[in-house]
Amino acid sequence: MIEVKELSKTYGDKPVVNNVSVNIQKGKITSFIGPNGAGKSTLLSAVSRLIKYDIGNIDIDHQSISQWKNRELSKKMAILKQANNITVRLTVRELVSFGRFPYSQGNLTSEDIDHINEAIAFMELENLENQYLDELSGGQKQRAHIAMVIAQDTDYILLDEPLNNLDMKHAVQIMKVLRRLVDELGKTVVIVIHDINFASFYSDYIVALKEGEIINQGPVDDIIEESSLKEIYDMDIPIKQLDRCKVCVYFG
Amino acid sequence: MSLESLCPMKQRYLLIVLVLLSVLSVFIGVTNLNISDITSLTDQQQQILWQSRIPRLISIIIAGATMAVGGLIMQQLSRNKFVSPTTAGTMDSARLGILVSLLVFTSASPMQQALTAMVFAVLGTMVFMKILDKIKFKDAIFIPLVGIMFGNIIGSITMFFAYQHDLIQSMSSWLQGDFSMILAGRYELLYISIPLLAVAYGYANKFTIAGMGEDFSTNLGLNHKQVVNVGLIIVAISTSVVVLTVGLIPFLGLIIPNIVSIYHGDHLRKNLPHTALLGALFVLACDILGRVIIYPYEIPIGLTVGVIGSGTFIYLLLRRKAYA
Repeated sequence: MIEVKELSKTYGDKPVVNNVSVNIQKGKITSFIGPNGAGKSTLLSAVSRLIKYDIGNIDIDHQSISQWKNRELSKKMAILKQANNITVRLTVRELVSFGRFPYSQGNLTSEDIDHINEAIAFMELENLENQYLDELSGGQKQRAHIAMVIAQDTDYILLDEPLNNLDMKHAVQIMKVLRRLVDELGKTVVIVIHDINFASFYSDYIVALKEGEIINQGPVDDIIEESSLKEIYDMDIPIKQLDRCKVCVYFG
Repeated sequence: MSLESLCPMKQRYLLIVLVLLSVLSVFIGVTNLNISDITSLTDQQQQILWQSRIPRLISIIIAGATMAVGGLIMQQLSRNKFVSPTTAGTMDSARLGILVSLLVFTSASPMQQALTAMVFAVLGTMVFMKILDKIKFKDAIFIPLVGIMFGNIIGSITMFFAYQHDLIQSMSSWLQGDFSMILAGRYELLYISIPLLAVAYGYANKFTIAGMGEDFSTNLGLNHKQVVNVGLIIVAISTSVVVLTVGLIPFLGLIIPNIVSIYHGDHLRKNLPHTALLGALFVLACDILGRVIIYPYEIPIGLTVGVIGSGTFIYLLLRRKAYA
């Protein structure tokens, strides 16, 4: 379990995350939603030790993040930020192999190679494995990065806006993969996501942030609800029930 | 055939060519030395061989490999294909270091010169990396331009003090790379590069990861800052050693890694040996060319590599534009 306790982070004199407490349950997809500048990405970066926080504490499996050894933590938790700005010319397979770095420091064992092959198969990248990343489309690149994270074999997988710049087909593909990671492999997934319909369809738990504070959190059905969304986004968003799922009609 | 299985083969070809050119290089020069005489050398020929030709060959190979690998590491760590010891102020800082050592210690020993040059090269490169951090506008071409400007500023400081102390002549010998002055007893400093290259190879995977950014490194449990510092220190020290013994070889660290990257990608474990080999080969070929063109005189290596290198550099720039 990831426990965030009374966390605050300021840039200059501007608080970006203010007194945030949240528990992230194992074996679920948790989505951070909220308007621009709500502090979602900052919170995710703090949880994944990419940035230092000022006040508060973060426990990962009952041990404070500051007490985790960097290398041990990288076997426990993986973070994927926007994948499309990497310019290094690597093949898909080479990138995925780096997911094993925390275990083998680059000298791959046969166990590492099994993990790499499984990750490539899981993301259906077998045909692309020897292609260079800069020759791939945005969706394929994103899949390659997720394959790396799968090879990293961590309990927790954190993704910052994994659907950025993806078309509908690829966005759905990625979300389905995340769902499978949770349902089939028992991973815990945390994402920052803008599209509330994707959050509504695919997540188990939603944390809504606004102006650096948690404004609401709970199971999907409690959050995807008209009065709650009004409070988060300052917009009237009608909600339509579609089979088992709720669709937010936020176009005007 | 997959790409992987092609790699070792190509590397073997490069190695064969390198050996052939090495043999050729030993037998080119004003003093007649034929491969057929190898079993019956006169004393004078023996001396030429061991005092001049072999040291020259060794220094060419080490300097070529070192400068190419130095460029490769810098490009990876700065995440920019156009950064190299010549476009990041490293070489100019090393020269400033040599000047300072000449001014501070009246008769600086090669070791004192080397150490001061190394310290300056490390500091200069770190300053450049700090500037890189601060620049918001990260255009691929803009960054090496900043580096060249930075290098020129340091270069003009060097020139100013060198002029005031009548050291212009000694300084200019470090401005242009030249192998004709290499003699036994005057190039051995270069051997420092060999263990450094070995360390660089050991760090290859870490450099590759660091090249994908700080967040990416942290995710894999790698201390980004530490790896960058190790890389910069390796580059700065080996560059200083080359500047001290051979002089400045422009463009080498720029073009060789770029060529290798085009067909081998950026996985350092895979392309570092290749880059070293191609760097050595390129310098050796340029050196032979420089010695043959106006025989019995010779063109300094800085000039040959500069002309061929700048041409290749322009080609790479245009090629990149076509892809962008």
